[in-house]
Amino acid sequence: MSVKQIGKTRREPLTDSQLLMTITIGIFAVMYAAAMIFMGGGFLRTQQFFDLLNDNAALIIISCALTIVMIGGGINISVGGVIGLTVMACALYLNGTGIQDSTLGIVVTFLLALGIGLAFGVLQGFLISYLDIQPFIVTLAGMFLSRGLTTMLSVNPVKVTHEGFLALVKNRLAIPWLGYTAKNGNLIPAKLEIGAIVALVVVVLVYLMLRYMKLGRHIYALGGNQQSALMLGINVKRTRFISYVISGLLSGLAGFVFLMHKPAGNASVAMRSEMDAIAASIIGGTLLTGGVGNVIGTFFGTMILATIQKIIALSPLNESWWQEMANGAMLGLFILLQSVILGNRGKHRKADLQTVQKG
Amino acid sequence: MSERSIGKKKSGGVGQLLIPLVALGILLLFNLIRDPGFYSIGVAVNNSGNKVLTGNIVSIIDSASELAIIAMGMTLVTAACGGQDISVGAVGTIAGSIFVKTLKAFPEVTFGTLLLAILACCAVTILFTSFNGTLVSVFKIQPMIATLILFSCGRSIAYWIVGSATPQVDSPIISAMGMTIPGIPIPTPIFGVVLVGLILAAIFRLTTLRLYTESVGVNQGAARLNGINPVGIKMLSFVILGICVAVAGIIGTSRMGQVSHKTLLIDIEMDAILAVAIGGNNLGGGRFKISGSILGAYIIQMLTTTLLAMRVDPVNIKAYKAIVIIVIVMAGSPVVKQKLTALWHRIRFGGAQAAASKGVN
Amino acid sequence: MQDDAVLTMRGICKQFPGTKALNNVDFTLRRGEIHALMGENGAGKSTLIKVLTGVHEKDGGSIHVDGIEGEAHIHSPQDAQNAGISTVYQEITLCPNLTVAENMFIGRTEGQIVHWKDYEKKAAAILNNLGIPARPKQELSSCSLAVQQMVAIARAVDMNCKVLILDEPTSSLDEKEVEMLFGLMRDLKKRGVGIIFVTHFLEQVYAVSDRITVLRNGELVGEYLVQDLPQVELVAKMMGKDLNDMAELEQFGQKSAPGDEMVYEAERLSSSDSRPFNFRIRKGEVNGFTGLLGSGRSESVRAIFGADRVTGGRVKMHGKEVKIAKPHDAMKNGIGYLPEDRKRDGIIADLSVRDNIILAMQVMKGFFKPMRRGEMEQFADEYIKALSIKTASQDTPVGSLSGGNQQKVILARWLLTHPDYLILDEPTRGIDVGTKLEIQKLVLKLAEENMSVTFISSEIEEMLRTCSRLIVMRDRSIVGELTGDELTQAHVMKTIAGGERQ
Repeated sequence: MSVKQIGKTRREPLTDSQLLMTITIGIFAVMYAAAMIFMGGGFLRTQQFFDLLNDNAALIIISCALTIVMIGGGINISVGGVIGLTVMACALYLNGTGIQDSTLGIVVTFLLALGIGLAFGVLQGFLISYLDIQPFIVTLAGMFLSRGLTTMLSVNPVKVTHEGFLALVKNRLAIPWLGYTAKNGNLIPAKLEIGAIVALVVVVLVYLMLRYMKLGRHIYALGGNQQSALMLGINVKRTRFISYVISGLLSGLAGFVFLMHKPAGNASVAMRSEMDAIAASIIGGTLLTGGVGNVIGTFFGTMILATIQKIIALSPLNESWWQEMANGAMLGLFILLQSVILGNRGKHRKADLQTVQKG
Repeated sequence: MSERSIGKKKSGGVGQLLIPLVALGILLLFNLIRDPGFYSIGVAVNNSGNKVLTGNIVSIIDSASELAIIAMGMTLVTAACGGQDISVGAVGTIAGSIFVKTLKAFPEVTFGTLLLAILACCAVTILFTSFNGTLVSVFKIQPMIATLILFSCGRSIAYWIVGSATPQVDSPIISAMGMTIPGIPIPTPIFGVVLVGLILAAIFRLTTLRLYTESVGVNQGAARLNGINPVGIKMLSFVILGICVAVAGIIGTSRMGQVSHKTLLIDIEMDAILAVAIGGNNLGGGRFKISGSILGAYIIQMLTTTLLAMRVDPVNIKAYKAIVIIVIVMAGSPVVKQKLTALWHRIRFGGAQAAASKGVN
Repeated sequence: MQDDAVLTMRGICKQFPGTKALNNVDFTLRRGEIHALMGENGAGKSTLIKVLTGVHEKDGGSIHVDGIEGEAHIHSPQDAQNAGISTVYQEITLCPNLTVAENMFIGRTEGQIVHWKDYEKKAAAILNNLGIPARPKQELSSCSLAVQQMVAIARAVDMNCKVLILDEPTSSLDEKEVEMLFGLMRDLKKRGVGIIFVTHFLEQVYAVSDRITVLRNGELVGEYLVQDLPQVELVAKMMGKDLNDMAELEQFGQKSAPGDEMVYEAERLSSSDSRPFNFRIRKGEVNGFTGLLGSGRSESVRAIFGADRVTGGRVKMHGKEVKIAKPHDAMKNGIGYLPEDRKRDGIIADLSVRDNIILAMQVMKGFFKPMRRGEMEQFADEYIKALSIKTASQDTPVGSLSGGNQQKVILARWLLTHPDYLILDEPTRGIDVGTKLEIQKLVLKLAEENMSVTFISSEIEEMLRTCSRLIVMRDRSIVGELTGDELTQAHVMKTIAGGERQ
């Protein structure tokens, strides 16, 4: 063994998750720049970027939820269903309150949304962590249950008529200096919806939690090697349980955010969005095997999916099947890229190790 | 280690199937109590003038056919790769599209064109599942992630192949395949399940596929050092799944007489994975029992039919299904089993055991 | 509880389905002593450790730890840590995806917030202090196994533990590193830490321990001061046999003379992990590869078997040129290979003992020729008897067997294929003395029956006892070949240390 000097100033090489995240951000930048150059128009305005956030706030939140459980080595495919259920329940509750402009009604609705998410999180977390049942099956059942409950509440679409809520939803954060001057000379500021702000806050909070809180580090340890985590004195079961509770809570929150963006419930709300969230996490550099991932990468993963969607919507190919094909192709590209990059790194590492042992 | 003599006790066997068998038994019993007429089997004449068996049991076995077939393939992939293919529904739709497109290329459906369509269909699905297989075995990507690609764009590809929403094929041959063959009162899809099951049984008998698959699933590094080719075994499992998916796609399409890329085999991937899990198979790979998965498929269908018979709104069925699924997997969970056994012991031998452990002290 | 005892275990019992793993075992650890816990595989050492660390729940008995009133209740590794009991296992039990510093502090800090700067500063100090070549910010997976092991020890050391359990800590360390570890252990001893040392290397026990407790078949044999228990007696106590067997060990030197016929010849063979080398072995010859860890001895035999990607060279079997690019080619040419890492590369844990035994033979028969059930059972039975493999039944998953018995199952697997040339890489690592002897005897017997064997072991004595020719490696190259009178420990050491390159 060579005794390498403990260099204080030496920069550590990028870890797997940092590398994957860097690539994701790079590709997003290139893609967005290309859209600016070739599609021009809307893409040159900040509002376009803000709209990506506005339209995908709920997706960003559930992608964060997915990233957390995936880093812990699990999976949660009930997030889309929980959004659907939350939206429906909240819409019905709001319409049923009677008092059309009460703030209390909105607060209770918000708590209801979190409550539904929490209930799913606790239930699923308990079954997965304490009864040791496969997460895929548990959350699949969770998906079935939430979708089933949604249609039990109402098979028909429910439009929110609660005036207070509708007024709340109209609030926008306007940023004039990011706006543009319209043809008639008026300055139109760039507008961000409340939901988008909530989503950004969630990203930041989850990032901080994963990086600077004991819980976050325990989740990484759990995904890295469960047996080791146990031996290191980490309460593996509780950590896993909490990771599912958080993902449930975030799904409930995402439901509320969804309702703020589109104040109506129906049976197909957020259908299959769990798969988009998984795709976003993967594109952002999270590995399903656990232990590797970063919520900033996930954020850019969602933005990549959102940008593709926007580009296709604005292009002559605007058909849903083109959309899906593009998503599939993008996903395939990233998966292959990751596999090749990580594979190569693995080889280098092995070589490194040997030279160290040799020296 | 104990010094107990060799070969005294045979483990395994029915053990794994106990939970699904009990679940099925309870469902059967429940229906018997609820409505003894549930099991009546009758003979009716269908639209094409064939005599067919009717009744809930027949319809359960009939409508679970696609699921049972896909679950068989899924079991193999699960065992070899330690993950599941979630694109089977989408690829099955592609199979249906190819099937219809080939048949429509000829003026009339004959046995010749049918055979050609089936072969084309199998070839194309194998191509697609091999794509998945390559990602999984060569590029070492988790199956669920690798198959997420076709999951998200497979149905679009199916649409793109046929170029319209719901192309139809109208032919007595097709309806015979999807429903009943004149003169035989048993629905044809059931024969499909039997056929695929027999072929798989024959493969297991005539080759070492089971041992190889289980070895690769448990420890592929060790399997390789024993001369097994893990990449080949994983690919093979995907190829077999491909054939299963093709057959299921053909049955589904023939049943409807059309291929609808939005609804054909919808959500079947989830049900198939469930069937595998309910059958007591470990979703992490390794040892497996295909019979368990088939049983799982029929349990899922039985549940659906029971709920429908109880006049539960079809759109709400998922919620009930979720609860039953949780109960079944909980019953199979080792932790729950352990806790229950401990509880049972405490009730039954509570006093005696406490005394015994004191004696040791 | 004795005055100077930091840990007292009394009447510990543990039952597993079908086995009584621990039966009324007592164990006492005193302040500032290194206490070796000895026993064959399946004697109950691991179970005792796991009960102590909360991995297994005990069925009966009591544990008292210094500083804790009354009985200590240990139900999880966390409880053990809180009680001042730290463990370093043979397998690395750290998280590869976290940094070195984090691995040292995770799971044992106060508060909900992670203070990275703090961690890194403290970790740097500890690593420096112990002379461990790792950087705090480095991802653990980028460290070598030995360094990872040391990080684990550093973590335990920093926890101010009263009881430090080292479970086979030296298996993956080379001699220099072992010395470093011993220095560390003595240092800790001075600070009053009680150390439980579990190992299979007898020399190491005598080099560092003060006291020895011997277990056999889940029962306590006795506790001895190291100076009162000569090595031979220790072995006898562990095996529960008289010294006759040890005598047998001495007259072991009967090596059969190899024939003239070359079985295997390689010329400038190289693989992705090994440099080009030449090698040949005769019929009925037992040879060995020796060298320090990382010298390339395992990589070389892996290249012979085609386990790594072969990149060049020519290979002849029985004088005829053959191509061996993957394990299957090697098997078809009559080569068997028992890998170094039994758990990772050898056993297929969930499969039955029977399936594990017939696996290689079945693969050689081919995909389309599955063996009949009766045939399998017969073969399995035959080899379970021949190698006296202790298993409840043929259907028992091999993963639930003890290490030595797992190794025998893999041996049976290759013997069943009747290879011309059998490669055994560390067949005796981590297994008990009795089985070690059996395996050595078996190797000589096989050679007598005209099989060629390559035998690799970290214990040079073992190789000197069995091999008629030793190939010495350093820095992934062959640096010497010893035969006849040159086969002495001193000679081997000298060659490893400073032999000329070929």
